[in-house]
Amino acid sequence: MADKVFALPNVQTPSVPVKINPDKCIGCNTCVETCQIDVFIPNPKKGAPPIILHAEECWYCGCCATDCPTPGAMEFNWPLPLKPRWRNKETGVVSQLK
Amino acid sequence: MGTWHEYFKAEGTPPEWPYPIKFGEESEYETDVVVLGGGIAGCWAAISAARSGAKVAMFEKGDVRRSGAGGPGCDHWCNVPGNPLSRVEPDDWAIQEMNSLGDFSNGIGIQIQCREDYDTLLEMEQMGGKIRDDKDEFVGVEGRDPETKLMFSPRYSVDGSLAPAEGWGKPGFNPPEKRNNTVIRIWGSTFKPILKRECKKLGVNIIERTMATRILNENGRQGARVVGATGINARTGEFIIVKAKAAIIATSGSGFVYYFDSEHGGISTMYSRNQTGDGTVMAWKAGAKLTMMECSGASRFSGGLRHKWYTGGGDASYENVPLVDANNKRLPAPIQGWEDGGAMFSPQARIIAQIREGVKHGEYKLPFYGDFAAMKPEEAHATWDLMLNEESTTKVMVKTMTEGGFDKYSDQIMNYTLIEMQPSQQYRDAGSGGGIMTDWDLMTNVEGLFAAGMSTYSPGDHSYAAATGRYAGRKAAAYAKRVEQGEISREEIDREKKRVLAPTKRCGGIEWKELNVGVNRVMQYFASEFKNEEMLNLALEEIARIEENAVPQLFALDPHKLMRSLECLSIIEYAKIALNAMKERRLSSPKLRIERQDYPDADPEELKNYLALHLENDEIVFERIPIRFWGNMKEQYEAHNQDYTGVYKG
Repeated sequence: MADKVFALPNVQTPSVPVKINPDKCIGCNTCVETCQIDVFIPNPKKGAPPIILHAEECWYCGCCATDCPTPGAMEFNWPLPLKPRWRNKETGVVSQLK
Repeated sequence: MGTWHEYFKAEGTPPEWPYPIKFGEESEYETDVVVLGGGIAGCWAAISAARSGAKVAMFEKGDVRRSGAGGPGCDHWCNVPGNPLSRVEPDDWAIQEMNSLGDFSNGIGIQIQCREDYDTLLEMEQMGGKIRDDKDEFVGVEGRDPETKLMFSPRYSVDGSLAPAEGWGKPGFNPPEKRNNTVIRIWGSTFKPILKRECKKLGVNIIERTMATRILNENGRQGARVVGATGINARTGEFIIVKAKAAIIATSGSGFVYYFDSEHGGISTMYSRNQTGDGTVMAWKAGAKLTMMECSGASRFSGGLRHKWYTGGGDASYENVPLVDANNKRLPAPIQGWEDGGAMFSPQARIIAQIREGVKHGEYKLPFYGDFAAMKPEEAHATWDLMLNEESTTKVMVKTMTEGGFDKYSDQIMNYTLIEMQPSQQYRDAGSGGGIMTDWDLMTNVEGLFAAGMSTYSPGDHSYAAATGRYAGRKAAAYAKRVEQGEISREEIDREKKRVLAPTKRCGGIEWKELNVGVNRVMQYFASEFKNEEMLNLALEEIARIEENAVPQLFALDPHKLMRSLECLSIIEYAKIALNAMKERRLSSPKLRIERQDYPDADPEELKNYLALHLENDEIVFERIPIRFWGNMKEQYEAHNQDYTGVYKG
């Protein structure tokens, strides 16, 4: 099924407020319940990672990622235009979050 | 992995809606007190009403554990002059705060906050919230008291120091022995899950993922006493009816009346999409008096894909962090620190103008930075690991930036203050300071209808929400003990149910986002910084056209989108209230944040009054209520709280 091309509406911007590691996520759905605006829905497959449904409603509060009980399962993902920048005062090198 | 499109690609079919669909079905509950909104004010109201012996139900759009503006956290417990190290008396501080906010402040709310804020904080600690540096992590940080281990913030350490006080930055300014000590740094990210746990322990019926939609008046008669409320579940679409003797509005103020980014739902620093002014509109329809709805101000917070306040969108100097230019030259801006008594950069148009001039003439080189590296290490540690780690949405900023290599001792955060912090006049906060009027019991003119937190006019912050919620809870419980349950009107419920479910009857037409931005444009064009009668009439006519033509096309494909659609109807109603109030206020006044081209001055007599408005038989009734109508704050508070027993004793 993965190779099939479907006719789909555009993807929301931004589309991935968090990255979920399927190898580590245990599908406990803590994030589904934590998110105050229902960005996620539970996966129909029990134990599988949740589905990001309302990505563009995310307000980047970060509670899903900070309250996730499984280390490494969920990584907060700043959208490209919001990635923070900083400078090392001594070297003057400017960095930006990847 | 994890997105909808990835799922679709892998499965070849979209996921089915994961919750049972119950459009048209009903659940009914009966309680003494129903709380509308489960944020900070709502949780405190529910807890305090339950502790006072009332049976309590609480509606909340999200999950109470992390919902509301204060769900992720909070870093300052403001206006807590009752603490043992305060150098001011609560009653004096309340007057000073009221005066610093000007004639159109909320003396009742401020007095409650100043009198009961410390008790509220101690109750937070009783429940398990962290309010002191008990593990000695911040020894040596300025403002930390070694005995109580409370950590004071520089904010308000000098009277009225939102703006820089005279002599700021000079040696001897704001010495430790003279500070007011009225703001305490706290570990607010621990609070909300604890408040939910306490609600459950007390048997509060938490009706989560449910948007309250209407206050029910006795026999369905607008202005009559409260007999309950209705709501709609945003996951199942089930219609909820709660019979109650009293209701407490504990919803947020309005967002999204003037601006909404359809590709980024939240106002990223402070408010999620859930904060759409529904409570104000519900109170309005029930016949409650609102005030200051004519006010609006250019928003300082970012909507859409702009940086958060703390990641560079704002002053980036929360708190004690100096702002420097690209050559590490200090900018002439206060830093909300000890050196300026907690003065804030953001309200200072004069300072921004000065910096802009400096940039123009080569005095300051862009870009700017928040210079953590210049701070004493223990202060950088406190600002980064206590303040920013606990403030609303910044825990994740601290986590991701630390993991990404940011070092609070040697780095500087890039700042966009001359770009993103500059408010565009058309992106405004509607009803800026506007909201529900109450008496000394926090009850409205509608019997049994109470209000707390952001839903009240001229509201305060997190601790204001907590203290007023706690107060409204016990007052509502006392009221509920005195009265019998009134009659609800089935006709009113059927009418409301029809209104609420209408968008589910269609699967094409106008979606909620288009409706939201459509209303925004009307407000931006015709009710922005400068207003006049013709413009306001044009706005009202356009809104009427939207109601006539667009609203009947509003469609919702699932219960979540139904809630968003209903929020848009709240936004429309909110806009109408604001526009009518703007029309009625025929004056220009910086105090009221209104500028009318056709009335460039203000009659001094008119400025001695709040403009209140409410509905009678669905007609707007305007009223002038004298400023400081609440009387002597100390005397009135004491007269209304002779039975107050202080910190909860179990």
